[in-house]
Amino acid sequence: MKPAEHNVERCGGASATPPSPRERPRVARRPGGRWLGAAMFLPAILYVVAIIGVPFLMAFLYAVGDVRVGSVGYHFVGLENFRSVLHSPAFRRSLFNSVIFTVGSQVLVIVGAFTLALALRDKFRGRGVVRFLVMLPWVAPVSLGAIGWKWILDSLYSVINWLLVAMHLFRQFDAPQWLGEPKLAMMSVILVHTWHVLPFSTVILLAGLTAIPRDIPEAAAVDGAGFWRTLVHITIPMMRPILNVALLFGIIFTFTDMTVVYILTRGGPYDSTQVVPSLAFFTGILGGDLAEGAAISLFLVPILVIVAYLMLRVAHRAEVT
Amino acid sequence: MLGHWSVIVAFSVVLAFPFYWMLITTFKQTSDLYDITNNPFIFNARPTLEHLRLLFGETLYLRWVGNTALAGALVVFITLLLALPAAYALARLTGNWGQRLGIAIFLTYLVPPTLLFIPLSRVISLLGLQDTIWSVVVVYPSFTIPFSTWLLMGFFKSIPKELEDAAMVDGLTRFGAFVKLVIPISVSGILTVVIFAFTLVTQEFVYALTFIAPEAHQMVGVGVPTFLVRGDVYYWGSLMAACLITSLPIALVYNLFLDRFIAGFTVGAVK
Repeated sequence: MKPAEHNVERCGGASATPPSPRERPRVARRPGGRWLGAAMFLPAILYVVAIIGVPFLMAFLYAVGDVRVGSVGYHFVGLENFRSVLHSPAFRRSLFNSVIFTVGSQVLVIVGAFTLALALRDKFRGRGVVRFLVMLPWVAPVSLGAIGWKWILDSLYSVINWLLVAMHLFRQFDAPQWLGEPKLAMMSVILVHTWHVLPFSTVILLAGLTAIPRDIPEAAAVDGAGFWRTLVHITIPMMRPILNVALLFGIIFTFTDMTVVYILTRGGPYDSTQVVPSLAFFTGILGGDLAEGAAISLFLVPILVIVAYLMLRVAHRAEVT
Repeated sequence: MLGHWSVIVAFSVVLAFPFYWMLITTFKQTSDLYDITNNPFIFNARPTLEHLRLLFGETLYLRWVGNTALAGALVVFITLLLALPAAYALARLTGNWGQRLGIAIFLTYLVPPTLLFIPLSRVISLLGLQDTIWSVVVVYPSFTIPFSTWLLMGFFKSIPKELEDAAMVDGLTRFGAFVKLVIPISVSGILTVVIFAFTLVTQEFVYALTFIAPEAHQMVGVGVPTFLVRGDVYYWGSLMAACLITSLPIALVYNLFLDRFIAGFTVGAVK
């Protein structure tokens, strides 16, 4: 066995940095290595394909057929389900709501997470405790956090309303119905979802911030650039790739999620907070119309494909530069 | 400086407030909770353990926690069984393909439950797993395996190849070197995956809601918000107690391993 040509590995610990071309694993040097490799990763691939790939194809089959819970036959109906979905006011409403929900919460998440990440960048006493507190919304089960908010936004016993009344901004029985009025309900689900995702984006951005060499912003400061100029001209441009990563994950976690909506409003009042995934749930699972439910969920695919493509571009750029 | 602290305090208060509110609500008497003239921030009547007694004595909360723990353990087992060899193969044996396959696997982690739950519910009932925790045990590895493979792949790459080469010169086969050498020195990476997979199981909501209906077979994340509400009556005291007691341990453990999960998410965008 010859000694390794480069025994200084540029390894990044558990962080999955792509290898540079120079240190590509040498292709299976002993006979059978390739087969062993295949035998070792095939079980995992087959499992994932069975549980993700097969249902994914089934979703397409359902969407072009007429399956309902309890029905036995299957008839091909072409794009009929998609046509009826696109014509249904409930679906149009939910698509519109999904866009508002995603854009609204992601704008808040990115601005908030960036601010918080900047504040957490430098070490200070108690940073560990602060980090634990601000991470809670992400690490605790989201359905339970959302139930906490349901109590905070309760129609009668809302603590927020108690404060508003105590400050004489509202009268007792005139206080806002956070989950009961269409516009307020939409605002509430956006804010609660923002609350849930913000910590995740914060730690991602924090990882990016700490990777910026300290001397660059310091040099800018020496040259007389203030906080805002350094931020706009140096920090943000250097953070571009990581901002993209945070945003792409945020979009996926928001556009495809129904937990917050389901717990807080069940899509109501009057479908005003119904989003695409929750509509698919109510139609396909609770309503038993598998075909139409599947057709509705499939509208998530274009978003997923676009995000996955952009994600690959970010990863690829990081690999070549 | 002042701006810095006001940002930190403001974010901490807003983000942690619901958990503080769960804590207060847990120990308040019902009459105190439901009197709108009371200041909700203080105890207007003596604190009570009544809600905790109700939660542990008269609901299936502990059963749900047990179901979740059992499902979590099984999912972790399946995940390790499949992800460990897969990650090793991708890190060492598949040559140029490894990285690309790794990214492809990672991307399947992004496929959301809300895309697949309708056909999967049919598959689950065909397999006769509906309304049992086996439904989630079978389905959850579909998202724990991709991410775990990705994390472990990075981990294995950081182990110097020379170590295995030396072991193989000493007579071990490639697979033997993987089992006897690589796995034992990867304990911390494996532990990361264990924690990650287990916490994902406790956090998942959509699949559990879709596949399991009976009260006795619920996972904790669905059981609490579904069955501590009778008709229109929310048992707020017990609900908040359950949310807090479930969330805190998960949050504490997850937080210890957070940096490693994040390293997996940043997909090489940070160097």
